[in-house]
Amino acid sequence: MSSETKQILTTDGIPLEVSLKKAERKNKIKAFLLVAPLLFFLIITYVFPIGDMLFRSVDDKMVTQMLPKTFKAMENWDGQELPDEEVFAAFHEDFIKLVEDKREGKLSTQLNYTKNGFKSIIKKLRRASKKFEEGNYKEQIMSVHKRWADVEYWRAIQRRAPEFTGQKYLKGMDMYVNEEGKIVSVEEDRRIHRVLWLRTLEIAFFVTVFCFLMAYPIAHLLATLPMKYSNLLMICVLLPFWTSLLVRTASWMILLQQQGIVNDFFVGIGLVADDNRPEMMYNKTGSYVAMTQILLPFMVLPLYSVMKTISPSLMRAGKSLGGTPFVAFWKVYFPLTIPGIGAGCLLVFILAIGYYITPALVGGASGTLISNQIAFHMKSTLDWSFASAMGLMLLSGVLVIYWLYNKIVGIDNIKLG
Amino acid sequence: MALKKDFVKFDKVDKSYDGKVLVVKDLQLDIEEGEFVTMLGPSGSGKTTCLMMLAGFETPTNGEIYLDGNAISSIPPHKRGIGMVFQNYALFPHMTVYENLAFPLRVRKIPKDEADKKIDKALSMVSLQGFAQRMPGQLSGGQQQRVAVARSLVFDPQLVLMDEPLGALDKNLRESMQYEIKHIHESIGVTVVYVTHDQSEALTMSNRIAVFNDGKVQQLSSPDALYEKPVNSFVAEFIGENNTFAGEVSDISGGKCKVKLANAEILANPISVKGKGEKTTVSLRPERALINPNDKMDNIHSGKIEEVIYHGDHTRVRINLLGNSEFILKVPNSSSNLDIKLGNDIKIGWNSEDARALDPK
Repeated sequence: MSSETKQILTTDGIPLEVSLKKAERKNKIKAFLLVAPLLFFLIITYVFPIGDMLFRSVDDKMVTQMLPKTFKAMENWDGQELPDEEVFAAFHEDFIKLVEDKREGKLSTQLNYTKNGFKSIIKKLRRASKKFEEGNYKEQIMSVHKRWADVEYWRAIQRRAPEFTGQKYLKGMDMYVNEEGKIVSVEEDRRIHRVLWLRTLEIAFFVTVFCFLMAYPIAHLLATLPMKYSNLLMICVLLPFWTSLLVRTASWMILLQQQGIVNDFFVGIGLVADDNRPEMMYNKTGSYVAMTQILLPFMVLPLYSVMKTISPSLMRAGKSLGGTPFVAFWKVYFPLTIPGIGAGCLLVFILAIGYYITPALVGGASGTLISNQIAFHMKSTLDWSFASAMGLMLLSGVLVIYWLYNKIVGIDNIKLG
Repeated sequence: MALKKDFVKFDKVDKSYDGKVLVVKDLQLDIEEGEFVTMLGPSGSGKTTCLMMLAGFETPTNGEIYLDGNAISSIPPHKRGIGMVFQNYALFPHMTVYENLAFPLRVRKIPKDEADKKIDKALSMVSLQGFAQRMPGQLSGGQQQRVAVARSLVFDPQLVLMDEPLGALDKNLRESMQYEIKHIHESIGVTVVYVTHDQSEALTMSNRIAVFNDGKVQQLSSPDALYEKPVNSFVAEFIGENNTFAGEVSDISGGKCKVKLANAEILANPISVKGKGEKTTVSLRPERALINPNDKMDNIHSGKIEEVIYHGDHTRVRINLLGNSEFILKVPNSSSNLDIKLGNDIKIGWNSEDARALDPK
């Protein structure tokens, strides 16, 4: 900021402007100090974790650091045929060191991510390596297991040489780099992530549609009712906000289960037979119902705030000019609510795409989303880098949607209230 | 062409919103074809409700409204074919001026080239040619107002309703718009029902004015009759300035009556008093009372000047006269030779004909 002041002094040097800048600078500093705590908070709680996530998702130093000599020796290897003695000797040296530090297990886990089958041969190698004689390590290692004599496995090791890798992202899309270095899809029966991505998009899309269909009339009612009724209705809309997410989800479980209230009611009015109760939970239906209910306020509120600003005289004008109530609504009222629709849909879609607890509880196998898979890798397989990669893919998906929205509707056209 | 006397007819119309209070009571009102009728009244007097009933946004609780001889209570607003200008213009903010004007034509399925001609005509009527592609937000208040007027006229309605259309404009613009709307009315001969609470607006523009108060039409007459010959003390008070004396009729004969005040007696013109002993409010316009009157006037009294306010073209003088310390005189500033000074005693005179003895307040 001081350089700016200097510049103005040197270029035209009008004292008035300088003093104006000074006065403004004071205010700017004040303003900055006011927002500084929030800014630091954001940096600490948002920018750092996301940066860390980004780093984790591509970080592949572990293997690089475990086999430094091997990778150095491999630099001259063309990968066509088995590497020569130099590489085997370096690998042996690295491996002995790992065994001493008891870290060979980690290596086997890591290498197993790249190619199945490393776990057992590394165990065997650890046992055999105690009896290894000096020299001619190639022969000795290859004799431990026939896979050690397979060039594929050595190529797999070589693929872990770079410090950074995008393979977790490929894995998130059910793809991998094959032996020839080409990006290919995994076999069809092992493609689990693509299905999950598509299902996540599908559920988020339909939840958004359902929320919109339900929220529009509610928001309209809220905006047009007299104050004393609209306040009551507003409380009804907000009440779910004040209830724990778990409680709400659990109550849906009570309602939707096969012996639950909704099913009892259907049987009671004779809609379905008692022995043929429909499954409304532990599948997509459960996710749809519960998520729509939980995300509804996020659609109602932006719509309401936009509708509140639309003068009722506009609809009247539309009618007095000869438009039927529908025409007046469609040509006059509806276009004016688009900023609210955009905001609500964007909000609901983005929240739905990353939804976790509700689908985990009521979604069952066919109703879980990508976020559940992320959680699974965070908690169960402990493959944090994969979880990070998928998290980032989710984030970039959201950014793409945001970008698309900006292109199509324009982000200035958004109104959150 | 014979103009229909009762083009719009309110027949014994009552309106209540809550079933307890009547907002409009037994309204009987005929509006002639091509007429400019203003509904004037304080807020809450029921005038806007009447307009909304005519437009179809409110339904009469009782009675019927006729438009060109047809009962319209059961016709929805969009089929009434009535143009309307709203208080805050109600221009569609997401449409250009052209699209705003095209809206009523499109819903009537008028072919595009014919619609374009009508839009051009309507825009030139309010001298806004060349503004067709602007958005309403890019126009000034006065321009938006004109677009609203043009939009209400573009589909050639027989009747146009205006609900305080000039309320949001500043004073100068309001005055020029008054003339503009008046000229448009004169040139195309459409029937206009205009609602306002601004009496000068009503006096300038209308053929006839219906003064509303308390859900009733207090007086329906031409602007001059309304001002010169108010039929009750509400109208006298509401329209223009007014000096009042409250008293009791002590004698009534030969088109004149004597009204006894607290400590004096004045002569007045009996309008709504019938006999002796009735309480009355005597109303006198400030410009009808003169300083230093000639002897022909049958009311001559003297009072003390309490306040002198200079107004440019005239001076307002407040006088304590016959116990009324709020008695106002308007003195044209050409007669500067008069001895108007604070604290002076002066003689005031007026004709009993101009002092109207109305109902007591």
